[in-house]
Amino acid sequence: MTLKRMLGATTALALGLGVAAAPAAWAAGSDDPIKLTLHDWTGQHITTRIMGSVLQEAGYNIEYVQADYLAQFAGLKTGDLHVAMEIWETTGREAMDEATATGTVENLGETGMIAIEEWWYPSYVKELCPGLPDWQALNDCAEVFAVPETMPNGRYLGAPVTWGGFDEERVEALELDYEVVHAGTDAALFAELESAYQRKAPILMWVYAPHWAPLKFDGEWIEFPEYTKECYDDPSWGSNPDMAYDCGKPTGPIWKVAWSGVKDTWPGAYETIKNFTISNDAMGAMISAVDLDGQSTEDVVAQWMADNEATWSAWIVE
Amino acid sequence: MIRRGQPVAVPWTALLWLGLIVASVILAEHAKDLSRAWDARWLMKVPSELRIPLKAEVSAFMAWLVEDVRFGPVAFTDITRGMAWLVEQPYDFARALLQSGLTRGQGEGAEQVAPPLSWIAVIAAVVAMGHYARSWTLAAFVGACFLYLAVFGQWDSAMVTLASITIAVPIGVAGGLVLGIAGWRWRAVDAVLRPVLDLMQTVPIFAYLVPILFLFGFGPVAALIATVIYAMPPMVRITTLALRGVPAEIRGFAVMAGCTPSQQLWKVLVPSAMPSLMVGVNQVIMLSLNMVIIASMIGAGGLGFDVLSALRRLDIGAGLEAGLAIVVLAIALDRLSQAFANRPSPTHASQHLPFVRRHPWSLTVALVILGTALLGLVMPAVQSYPDGLTLTTGRFWSDVVETINVRYFDQLEAVKTFMLLNILIPVKRVLLGLPWPWVIGLVTLAGWQLGGWRLALLCFGLSGFLAVNGLWDDAMTTVYLCGVSVAIAGLIGIPLGILATTGSRMGRVIAAVIDTLQTLPSFVYLIPVVMLFRVGDFAAMIAVVLYALAPAVRYTAHGIQAISPQLIEAGIAAGCTRWQLLTRIRLPLALPDIMLGINQTIMLALSMLVITALVGTRDLGQEVYIALTKADTGRGIVAGLGVAAIAIIADRLIAAGAQRARRRLGLAG
Repeated sequence: MTLKRMLGATTALALGLGVAAAPAAWAAGSDDPIKLTLHDWTGQHITTRIMGSVLQEAGYNIEYVQADYLAQFAGLKTGDLHVAMEIWETTGREAMDEATATGTVENLGETGMIAIEEWWYPSYVKELCPGLPDWQALNDCAEVFAVPETMPNGRYLGAPVTWGGFDEERVEALELDYEVVHAGTDAALFAELESAYQRKAPILMWVYAPHWAPLKFDGEWIEFPEYTKECYDDPSWGSNPDMAYDCGKPTGPIWKVAWSGVKDTWPGAYETIKNFTISNDAMGAMISAVDLDGQSTEDVVAQWMADNEATWSAWIVE
Repeated sequence: MIRRGQPVAVPWTALLWLGLIVASVILAEHAKDLSRAWDARWLMKVPSELRIPLKAEVSAFMAWLVEDVRFGPVAFTDITRGMAWLVEQPYDFARALLQSGLTRGQGEGAEQVAPPLSWIAVIAAVVAMGHYARSWTLAAFVGACFLYLAVFGQWDSAMVTLASITIAVPIGVAGGLVLGIAGWRWRAVDAVLRPVLDLMQTVPIFAYLVPILFLFGFGPVAALIATVIYAMPPMVRITTLALRGVPAEIRGFAVMAGCTPSQQLWKVLVPSAMPSLMVGVNQVIMLSLNMVIIASMIGAGGLGFDVLSALRRLDIGAGLEAGLAIVVLAIALDRLSQAFANRPSPTHASQHLPFVRRHPWSLTVALVILGTALLGLVMPAVQSYPDGLTLTTGRFWSDVVETINVRYFDQLEAVKTFMLLNILIPVKRVLLGLPWPWVIGLVTLAGWQLGGWRLALLCFGLSGFLAVNGLWDDAMTTVYLCGVSVAIAGLIGIPLGILATTGSRMGRVIAAVIDTLQTLPSFVYLIPVVMLFRVGDFAAMIAVVLYALAPAVRYTAHGIQAISPQLIEAGIAAGCTRWQLLTRIRLPLALPDIMLGINQTIMLALSMLVITALVGTRDLGQEVYIALTKADTGRGIVAGLGVAAIAIIADRLIAAGAQRARRRLGLAG
């Protein structure tokens, strides 16, 4: 690879002017499109397309670029990409902090949506384990949730390792008879839920909102002792005097981030993006319109734009 | 003398290894207790004094490369960005031609100046190419493939993917050819290239994704470059091998005919190596299409993106349709390129015909392009396939999975539990229970026995690399998962390969299944597999087996077909039964090829690790994935190199073993 790069480098150098001209192609001027990233889940498409439509109304040229949720930071740092509309506190915090620390990426504040994540079970499990949703009933039902590999412990399907969440710690601190199994991706997580739901089989897993799953499947969150900051920081807090994490999970905002050059290149758009907010309920309704009723994202967004003109026109800053 | 000595030597080594394996199993049971009893924890866990901080250094080096390296006024990134710009021009053109049309301006505000080629024109062009390259049968076949794309509503995405493939494949083939020729001409280049190629093929793309994005920008071009890095190595290897394989007589003729060195190469050697070179082209096409999913994560869009977002909402049918579109594209392109390579050269008589008679196809296609472009202005259905006429399997596939899930879950669960309790978990316990110095010792011993002290040293160094970088447990999990999967893939693949040689129809059916499995994005079957078998090692194993099966089948079939018919005749004359022919002649003689097939199976299994990380395995693939999410370049690259280390150990040991087997059978080289 090194050899090839070197060969390539010499060719590129030999081309001289061609190379010098290239950087100009990606140094953005204000007529250039603002590039918004699209990931692979519906809610994010809706948020991004609403923002895009508003920016278009404000007279900006925009472009949607398909990009991976985490890989996009490389593009945001260099200015190849400009705006990412949904960085979840819960899943993207580390990558976001790393990026903002370089000074090339800027946090544009909250989207107004709050990520909820907690242990969750489908309602039909309640017949087998009537004590739910109280967390203290979990140990009585460990066998209900057990599978051969985890016997006699129950199986709790957690989120991808990279999402954090301190579930191993929680199991230990609350002395739950459960084994934490991590799904590798969001898709695998909900594939298991779909499968269990079809068979009406018991399942205990990590679910988050806003997402189509808690809208499509009928179920409840486990009620753990409520999260406080002390619970995570101070071992003596809560039912277990020696360990932290003996409580539920915090809820976290979903952030908007942008390349730091957006501020100077499109000052009006920068302010407009900062003003964007939407609620969990509005988003949930749109997600279910797309994922459950089969409408196209574009139609749902156009409908929202038509219904909420007063809201979004207030965001626009000239 | 040596020949007479061998029958004694083989049982001796076999006994030694049997003994070592039994010792390992016993040791694995008790090593943990022993290390505790002797107060020798370092046996199980590599002590921190032995660790080297390679991760931090790699991160620092990459940061330096991306941010600080300058040649006078030109930064290193300017050069790479310049290269990206050069690649972007033909890509933009291909995309404009096939999908977006010529546009003015950028982004959503762009206006279309001229439409892209109509779907009818593209289909007419591939049909014409199919007929020109071989026959009406091929023409009908590729035509049907492209029609599938239109009818199932995949046209736009497929054209985006096709545009990037039409750029990536020629770069991969040309680059591979040039490097391969260099490796053939200069031994030193070959010696440098071999390990580099190993790394290109085995270091998971996620490991170096972030640096690539910095150097080449976020978008289709970075995806193209990643695709080329991954897809080019087989072309390089095959070129070198094929040129070496050209008989000396042919070179002699060329020299006698007074060819200059470059004429020798391009007019004599390359054409006579053409059949082998085409195998390389096939691999470049297949591997490029393999990268479609990952490429879509970094801005390439196209079919890969459709697969990802369909499966994200658990729309199995839509995911499968988009995935099959990738398969169809791969198979059509492959068959076309193979046909072009095997086309008989034109006869001289035809050159005296008038232009129109000589180029009936080019003219027809040009007319169709022009005609549909004009007609498309008034009739949109001619320009782009009407939405109303698209088919979809809708919920059919989801329903199939649901039915299986509801009706047969208990049976599937029983099979899974049996496999887990009797195979997967015991193997895992042995491998994770062994002290690391013991494993390094075993690997080194195997290297010494199969290939002498050089190989022993290599094995020692590479397994040591895993230990000192703190990757030991992840590496053992990797070996366990890949080892079990490869064994199962071999058990299924070798009989299938034998079956494929029993008749040409059977061979064709099996080849089609294998091509499909190799190009169908594993995501498509990963989600149903998770639904039926839940998250965990078993689901991961199934995905790995499905993907890595192909080479075991192909190489077995190839090895058996390559056996000289005289040997079979001799066997029949000696009164062998069919079974004896198979076990005494066919299989032993095909053994070197089968071993190479297993070798490739291992490589593919390792390259699936990143995907299996997505169902939650805790191996090196997961380590790479975690590094990506934490934006930790060094950690990702070091874990990627760990995968490469395992791959290289396996490759070298098996190659040495195949070499010995070949010598024992008295086969050449």
